[in-house]
Amino acid sequence: MKTLESVFAKDKKLLSIYFTCGYPKLNDTSKVISALEKSGVDFIEVGLPYSDPLADGPTIQDSSQKALENGINLDVVFEQLLAIKDTNKTPLVIMGYLNQLLKYGEDKFCKKVIECGIDTVILPDLPMVEFENHYQELFETYGITNVFLITPHTSEERIKKIDAYTKAFIYVVASASITGAKGEISNNQVAYFERIKAMNLQSKLIVGFGISDKQTFTTACDYADGAIIGSAFIKSLGENGLAHIDHFIKPIIS
Amino acid sequence: MKSKFHPDENGYFGQYGGAFIPELLYPNVKELADNYIQIIESDEFQKEYKSLLKDYVGRPTPLYLAKRLSEKYGATIYLKREDLNHTGAHKVNNTVGQILIAKKLGKTKIIAETGAGQHGVATATVCALMGLECTVFMGEKDIVRQSPNVARMKMLGAKVVPATSGSKTLKDATNEAIRYWIQNPETFYLIGSVVGPHPHPDMVARLQAIISEEMKWQLKEKTGKENPDTIIACVGGGSNAAGTFYHYLDDEDVELISVEAAGLGVNSGESAATSQLGEVGIIHGSKTILMQDEYGQISEPYSISAGLDYPGVGPLHAFLYETKRAKFMSATDKEALEAAFELTKIEGIIPALETAHALAVLPKIKFKKDQVVVVNLSGRGDKDLEIYIKHLEV
Repeated sequence: MKTLESVFAKDKKLLSIYFTCGYPKLNDTSKVISALEKSGVDFIEVGLPYSDPLADGPTIQDSSQKALENGINLDVVFEQLLAIKDTNKTPLVIMGYLNQLLKYGEDKFCKKVIECGIDTVILPDLPMVEFENHYQELFETYGITNVFLITPHTSEERIKKIDAYTKAFIYVVASASITGAKGEISNNQVAYFERIKAMNLQSKLIVGFGISDKQTFTTACDYADGAIIGSAFIKSLGENGLAHIDHFIKPIIS
Repeated sequence: MKSKFHPDENGYFGQYGGAFIPELLYPNVKELADNYIQIIESDEFQKEYKSLLKDYVGRPTPLYLAKRLSEKYGATIYLKREDLNHTGAHKVNNTVGQILIAKKLGKTKIIAETGAGQHGVATATVCALMGLECTVFMGEKDIVRQSPNVARMKMLGAKVVPATSGSKTLKDATNEAIRYWIQNPETFYLIGSVVGPHPHPDMVARLQAIISEEMKWQLKEKTGKENPDTIIACVGGGSNAAGTFYHYLDDEDVELISVEAAGLGVNSGESAATSQLGEVGIIHGSKTILMQDEYGQISEPYSISAGLDYPGVGPLHAFLYETKRAKFMSATDKEALEAAFELTKIEGIIPALETAHALAVLPKIKFKKDQVVVVNLSGRGDKDLEIYIKHLEV
């Protein structure tokens, strides 16, 4: 697997895709990753299905519910990811909720993530103060990097602090929303992107939440190093199946 | 001296509490955390809060010596009559307080979650009183089983939004309220129990503490002593218990009994007895004890009582459980129904199904003669008549 760092070193705007592990079918994980890789996606967010995903809209909630009904659990996720460790070249990032890590065992979780060749996690309900008081040390022990989210309401002072902690990238939440927000990028959002860009942060900036197609992807990339598409991809996966993945990705990066 | 039962600056009661929230909620939660104590302790707030509690809610609520119940169980049993509050339960103590805090912070739109509908009604009521816009999230299953309260909320001008995800009960209503809050951070989330991210658990406990504040002087008047031997309250999220215990937490000679809903039986797979079935985890923004599987997926609880049908408990209660400051008991659906019918027949009081769980442990306790017991009668049973009628022996 390539490192996230090597991908970020490329002189291009990056497309990342979020997908829910074990969706639409339990054993689709490796197939989805492989199809995304062939289509030219730069890095992939592997969503750990959770019963109560507070930061997610209906599309990702439904896919998580379906995946759980399919019988997905963290042991199966790690088995699936370990099996493709040597064949998959595209960097993977884990996205889940803190309770999953807590219940699985914090050390065991970190070990498994590293074992699968992954070193970056996104935990939307891990606040900075908890990171500082507990997880920073734990993650450093295992060589894991945490991705922080910033939003239109995050203060400049806090963004600077997050920038200092960031080793992979800052996840720029595009609007005050949960995942799956629809529509175009508004003038307010552009002003927010411009404000962040003007801060000249050391971190790479990846925009997510509300990015759904070529137009929103391109607009986000005017102000950032790339963008993440989640709900729109899950929706397409649910409606059109795995065979359609290339048709979904190609128009966005062409 | 600071009580060990008060949270630290990050909102922790021992290992429980905190504020596990997405970044989007950070400014909102911080604004509240930075201001709530100062607002609550201000003369202006206290004057307005106490005046509304007296003239609008009808406080103080009586502390009633239930003679026939006492005779039956061989103890001196007092009922703290929270059922006599305006809107029919303890919930309004909290909503009156929080609406004043919301106004002080300049918020104009209020959202809330509700299980049995009591908190939803209490929120819709204070929003009507203050002329603020109110949206209440309620599980689809609860909308059916607590329909009188849905009608009340609508009449009071609130918008009731059904939560259709998961078990379609209180947990899911809370999820939907939090998701709405993330998308509309200018709204004030008027949470109904001692759950959620810090400072919500502590704020709600402080606003419900009026229950035990009154108990102290009422008991002194009636028994000559401020402290009873035993206090019993039901626990879903735990707001009525928190208020009933609050001023007695440091008086370790007062026995505190928390009663959870066992549903069809603690080990039946259809239960909401969190302390018995739960483990440490994070739900609705705080670390507490919660019912979950081995992978941290939150379980769908079950209880006949919509207000106790919750897979977690507030962080204060997790701490009371861990430190053994409170004794946790449970009551099944059947035991609660029996207790509700018993109180109705011998004292002429129809309790809420939630409250009936607290009453249902009376036969399970061996009382000493003259033991002074206070049961918090958290709410009245009007909303549960449909369920009671179904179980009426004819």
